Amino acid sequence: MFETLSDRLTSVFSSLRSKGRLSEADINATAREIRIALLEADVALPVVKDFIAHVKERALGAEVSQALNPAQQVVKIVNEELIEILGGETRRLRFAKTPPTVIMLAGLQGAGKTTLAGKLAYWLKGQGHTPLLVAADLQRPNAVQQLQVMGERAGVPVFAPEPGNGVGDPVQVARRSVEEARRAQHDVVIIDTAGRLGVDAEMMQQAIDIRDAVSPDEILFVVDAMVGQDAVNTAQAFMDGVGFDGVVLTKLDGDARGGAALSVRHITGRPIMFASTGEKLEDFDLFHPDRMAGRILDM
Amino acid sequence: LSRDTLDEDAWDEIEDTLISADIGVAVAREITEALRTRVQVMGARTPEEVRALLREELLRQVTNGFDEKTDRRLRTARHGDRPAVVMVVGVNGTGKTTTCGKLARVLVGDGNTVLLGAADTFRAAAADQLETWGKRVGAEVVRKGEGADPGSVAFDAVRQGIEGKVDTVIIDTAGRLHTKTGLMDELGKVKRVVEKQATVDEVLLVLDATTGQNGMQQARVFAEVVNVTGIVLTKLDGTAKGGIVIAVQRELGVPVKLVGLGEGPDDLAPFEAEPFVDAIIGE
Ligand SMILES: Nc1nc2c(ncn2[C@@H]2O[C@H](COP(=O)(O)OP(=O)(O)OP(=O)(O)O)[C@@H](O)[C@H]2O)c(=O)[nH]1
Ligand SMILES: Nc1nc2c(ncn2[C@@H]2O[C@H](COP(=O)(O)OP(=O)(O)OP(=O)(O)O)[C@@H](O)[C@H]2O)c(=O)[nH]1
Ligand SMILES: [K+]
Ligand SMILES: [Mg+2]
Ligand SMILES: [Mg+2]
Repeated sequence: MFETLSDRLTSVFSSLRSKGRLSEADINATAREIRIALLEADVALPVVKDFIAHVKERALGAEVSQALNPAQQVVKIVNEELIEILGGETRRLRFAKTPPTVIMLAGLQGAGKTTLAGKLAYWLKGQGHTPLLVAADLQRPNAVQQLQVMGERAGVPVFAPEPGNGVGDPVQVARRSVEEARRAQHDVVIIDTAGRLGVDAEMMQQAIDIRDAVSPDEILFVVDAMVGQDAVNTAQAFMDGVGFDGVVLTKLDGDARGGAALSVRHITGRPIMFASTGEKLEDFDLFHPDRMAGRILDM
Repeated sequence: LSRDTLDEDAWDEIEDTLISADIGVAVAREITEALRTRVQVMGARTPEEVRALLREELLRQVTNGFDEKTDRRLRTARHGDRPAVVMVVGVNGTGKTTTCGKLARVLVGDGNTVLLGAADTFRAAAADQLETWGKRVGAEVVRKGEGADPGSVAFDAVRQGIEGKVDTVIIDTAGRLHTKTGLMDELGKVKRVVEKQATVDEVLLVLDATTGQNGMQQARVFAEVVNVTGIVLTKLDGTAKGGIVIAVQRELGVPVKLVGLGEGPDDLAPFEAEPFVDAIIGE
């Protein structure tokens, strides 16, 4: 459906017969094509602008004007820059010196938090950890049961002292879960929270209260790879609100180009740590910046 | 649109506003060009005049090809000796189950009887979630165990709807990515099974307003598999504008019928073009 960036740039540069410095018009045409390619991949506009300004600088340099194939050279630069931004300082989960390590999940409604909680627990269990899942979404209908089913499938216990569906205090549940983990010797606690909008001040405060009650070692922002331009608003709102240390990109098993990855990374500076790639427990992977760059550029 | 004169930057700003609403580069550009032409022809000058023209142009894009009085209406009334059947479909996590609940609420509030069919037998606690909604809004739920055949749940729901002389049967389906052919085939089968006993009056595709350009791809494939008759645009209570529906409406010829404005039972409303457009333009 979409023209790839290589195709687009090849036609831009096809008029460029003789080598030599690129004209300003060439550079502008190049920038335009990169802009369209990134926007079609759902990279957010302010991020596209910053990114292009940066790429333009490099494209003006000798490496492009002297290249045998300037189109390929520019694509290479864009790809490198994407990987650089997506992958700078990738890191693993930080474990607490004194267990339990507390991991809190946060994000918009329907992003994939509860599913991810199960996957993360399953993955950690496979590495010899003894995680405890915590049902602190007491709002969404039957979120507690959903987590209990995930826990059952993962073979991981679920701390669910409150029934949910509007009953119970998520801050209390989160606080008590850490005590429970100490008592029952779980070395990791994974707290599932309700979905919330960036603009919902009351719900954001609840997330802040949960955070303050348990001092998480990691707050992970869970974001759907299909998200469009709103990625910047939402990422910024969660950053300014509860704050987060890492990002998980979900639903990467679809065909969304996933420009949100670049948007969130660029806006918040937080690393993307994991990729969620399906509905099953094992559909989970570490994040690979190079694959993501290729995906955004459709290469 | 805060500038006094319309230089290139102002035109870029207009295009950027549209792109930021997820309208897509191509459509945004088309709208901006159409606006440029009109501004020339009409001799509009002030930012207010241009804004009014932009609003008009956007409204035209959103309403083009539809009769606003009739086309966005939902067919939920019994016909003959059969209940109306509504199927709710879409990718994962867009708000299908919630929409089923809210829609049942509206219909029950209008004095109809509603039966909910829990044909998501896959996701953890999906049927429980629908059951909670059923209790909340006063609608019975037909369900089977986890892993049951979704087609057979839908079949039973419709059969019970016919026997119980129910007005509307709403069938919730599992979220599925449009790229998963096996799951899409399954969805087509659910619809065909229902059609053995009744007409499927509405197939509502639930699109999340935060969705970017992938929304078009979703719409295309779902339309192909189950013949979508209306779009539900959810989560409009957030900062996302849901601009992709402009391209979706145009390509599918299918209107947005409902919008989701929150997680509560009353947070469902008919789609109206004007507030939708005003949210995109701002202030
Ligand atoms: N295809 C696919 N589906 C996913 C993935 N992650 C989650 N899902 C599905 O997305 C839907 C929403 O996932 P949840 O885990 O319930 O999302 P959530 O963020 O907990 O939702 P709320 O608690 O309502 O805010 C479910 O249907 C999941 O099965 C993924 O990586 N790929
Ligand atoms: N803010 C807001 N949240 C919504 C809206 N509609 C649904 N939600 C929330 O979005 C999340 C997912 O909703 P569901 O109804 O479970 O979505 P679904 O499409 O049935 O999900 P799957 O069956 O897992 O594919 C829940 O937390 C809902 O409360 C809406 O209009 N606004
Ligand atoms: K979503
Ligand atoms: Mg959840
Ligand atoms: Mg559902």
